[in-house]
Amino acid sequence: MSDPTTTADAGMYPPLPGPQEAPLPAAVGIATGLDAGLFEWFGNLGIFSWRVLKAAVTPPFEGGELIRQMDDIGSKSLPLVALAGAAIGAVLSMEVRSSMTRFGATSLLPSAIVFSIVQEMGPIITGLVVCGRVGAGIGAELASMKVTEQIDALEASAVNPYRLLAATRIVACILMLPLLTLAADACGLFMGWLAQTLTEPISLRQFVDAGFRGASLSDFLPPTFKTAVFGLIIGLIACYQGMRTRGGAEGVGRAATNSVVLASLFVILADVVLVKLILVIFH
Amino acid sequence: MATAFDTAKKQDEHAEGAGAFAVAVEGVHKTFGNLKVLNGVSLGVHRGETLAVLGRSGTGKSVLLRMIVGLETPDSGSVCILGQDIAGFSLDQLGVVRKKMGFLFQHAALYDSLTVGENVGFPLRHHRKDLSKGERSDRVNQLLAEVGLENALNKMPSDISGGMQKRVGLARALALEPEILLLDEPTAGLDPISSGEIDELVLKLQREHQMASIVVTHDLHSAKTIANRLALLDKGNVVIEGEFEDLEHSDIAFVKEFLKQS
Repeated sequence: MSDPTTTADAGMYPPLPGPQEAPLPAAVGIATGLDAGLFEWFGNLGIFSWRVLKAAVTPPFEGGELIRQMDDIGSKSLPLVALAGAAIGAVLSMEVRSSMTRFGATSLLPSAIVFSIVQEMGPIITGLVVCGRVGAGIGAELASMKVTEQIDALEASAVNPYRLLAATRIVACILMLPLLTLAADACGLFMGWLAQTLTEPISLRQFVDAGFRGASLSDFLPPTFKTAVFGLIIGLIACYQGMRTRGGAEGVGRAATNSVVLASLFVILADVVLVKLILVIFH
Repeated sequence: MATAFDTAKKQDEHAEGAGAFAVAVEGVHKTFGNLKVLNGVSLGVHRGETLAVLGRSGTGKSVLLRMIVGLETPDSGSVCILGQDIAGFSLDQLGVVRKKMGFLFQHAALYDSLTVGENVGFPLRHHRKDLSKGERSDRVNQLLAEVGLENALNKMPSDISGGMQKRVGLARALALEPEILLLDEPTAGLDPISSGEIDELVLKLQREHQMASIVVTHDLHSAKTIANRLALLDKGNVVIEGEFEDLEHSDIAFVKEFLKQS
């Protein structure tokens, strides 16, 4: 690095302060009571979010980079998400069958599997899998760019890094998560049917008819689109952690880890809030 | 046919006026935590002139350079680029100024996911949309030829040496035909032969493009070769500024010690 005293942060704005901290000041804050670091962390995240939002809605727009990120986040996450969805579908089918048999309610098995996967398991599993793959990838990539001054080079070239790097990734996450969730749901339902039919033969059509009987769009669309919020969380946290990294290789590793840990935590917490909101608004 | 970019460039050249500094830093202070890095530094560089900023490691030379390009903000003082004080500039305003500057980072800071050609063409792709793809490609080839790397177009930054990376960084810094060139330790980490080649390259480019250049370095030999004037920093202050002969004949103890050790 050129000068050990350099704070090295996004130029014309006041720099996002502090060296890379322990995974989450909030973790300490929660454990020991409310802590100034907790508010500072959220405050800085708020500043970062505002800068990204301003950059995202003002031209020139980075359409090419957005498409590239959608491919990277969407199509390259698809096999992993599909596999996770399929596994969950199979497990759920076996577990629910065991419970339903105990209560003599095996006729409700298709509905139980469909509703469980589409309303909750599909979205949350997709969110957590993407947290791991995409969150770590974005966090590490941007952190690596930060410590090698590539982000400074972008700024010096009069290119807004919040627009080119952060906004494109966040928007791509928001757009791709619902689509990935649909894929996870489809694979989960298919494997759920397969596990069911190996025990008690039932055609796929009968399974689907029974599963969706009495259901409406409000049962399925809100849970699917809530994953757009997951995408926002994953993209925002990962970009924030990456772009404020300091400390060389150790900092890059920390950024990748923190991105996954924090994004996962916030996705789970957001799910609690979103489920309640969906129940209040739609049911 | 003149483009909007060429017309704007000419208008700025008229506005600047004869004799004015292209870069003027006045009374700049900067503190990081408890460490005072710059303590009222004032410097100026004219168009066509090269100023070398020397000093020991950690004396704020690179911080000064980063302030000029807007990557750091001074606690107090002013930084004027082509007659405009950039303090308080919005992002868009700063972007306009930055397009007139080229910056070579100490470690080149090449985008490691792009090829050499894509790195050099990056500023053109973002800021010269008036050029066709073929014209941008020609310009990239021309820039790489200027720095002697016409055969490295499709190589990745990780596939080339440190000296070659510096050359690519220099080519990228020149992509938008800047009026001001900032070089942060251009010969740091290079062997004497490669350092000499970089110095010759900078001299050649300066002769051809007549930019206002500021070179931060601790390499006195390099500074003597490429700079018209030298400024020596110590403890956040400019200890001496002038031609090399002024430093040689100085009675200031720090200057004598610095020359002796270099």
